[in-house]
Amino acid sequence: MAPLEIAGRTFASRLIVGTGKYPGPEVMLEAIRASGADMVTVAVRRVDIENPDRDDILRTLSPDEFSLLPNTAACYSAEEAIRAARLGRASGMSDWVKLEVIGDPETLLPHTEELIEATRVLVAEGFVVLPYTNDDLITALRLEEAGAAAVMPLASPIGSGLGLLNPLNIRIIKSRLSVPIIVDAGVGTASDACATMEQGVDGILMNTAIAEAEDPVEMARAMRLAVEAGRRAWVAGRMPRREWAVPSSPLEGVPPPA
Amino acid sequence: MEIRIQVNGRERDVPAGTSVATLLRDLDLDGRTLVVELNRRIVRPPETESARLEAGDRVELVHFVGGG
Repeated sequence: MAPLEIAGRTFASRLIVGTGKYPGPEVMLEAIRASGADMVTVAVRRVDIENPDRDDILRTLSPDEFSLLPNTAACYSAEEAIRAARLGRASGMSDWVKLEVIGDPETLLPHTEELIEATRVLVAEGFVVLPYTNDDLITALRLEEAGAAAVMPLASPIGSGLGLLNPLNIRIIKSRLSVPIIVDAGVGTASDACATMEQGVDGILMNTAIAEAEDPVEMARAMRLAVEAGRRAWVAGRMPRREWAVPSSPLEGVPPPA
Repeated sequence: MEIRIQVNGRERDVPAGTSVATLLRDLDLDGRTLVVELNRRIVRPPETESARLEAGDRVELVHFVGGG
């Protein structure tokens, strides 16, 4: 199976995973390893000065083992997101960014105007920009024009676990853009991941579906298999749908009734 | 003489002329992977040694945490 390629870099896995909301660091590390993901998202937050080890993801994840993809979560304007992206890059660990500009706190849907603007600015600064967006073709096209290295439409709202709500829109986006399409957010279980990959997209980014599973490690394994199965099914090309039956066994040679 | 600055939103008094690098050492944060922003401008080594804090400065110290 051909590897995922973004901005000239190849990834063995088509699954990118988040590192938030796990019950603890050990289960997170085990789950991420089980997922097979090469790249993991991280957030940029204030250091707790009294207890700097608290929440420090680098105490658990080695940048030698995983590529870090800093995000701009909780940013509500291009300005805030650009600042967060610059802080992430200044760590010296990555000039890639998962760009999020939120437009509404209840749905966490993207502020697409600010998102396009932030993409343009960060691309000009040399970032590899992976914007999280909605499943709208026009926004996706504008993000590609703005220089996004991949476009990441949602399956359904962040953390909702509702699965792929509009496969048609995802297929339209995939058919019209040249950059990789990574579906980001909304996948709830393995069948969602498989069905998403069967639309022909290049990969999936997920966090909550694994982190909030009763057994995150087992769900991570399921997701790895589901992403691979969905990709293979897409590559294989499914049979046509028919609204009538076609027998699988020969009609000739049936012993006659007594 | 001491000056008052803000570190991650909390007030802190430091000797006048303290550098960013000295502040990090005083906080036992030197050697960690973190990013310093001084009045909204990122300060990286070796500039942390030369950048001096002034009264009213706002310092943000950030690092990577879990996120999606």
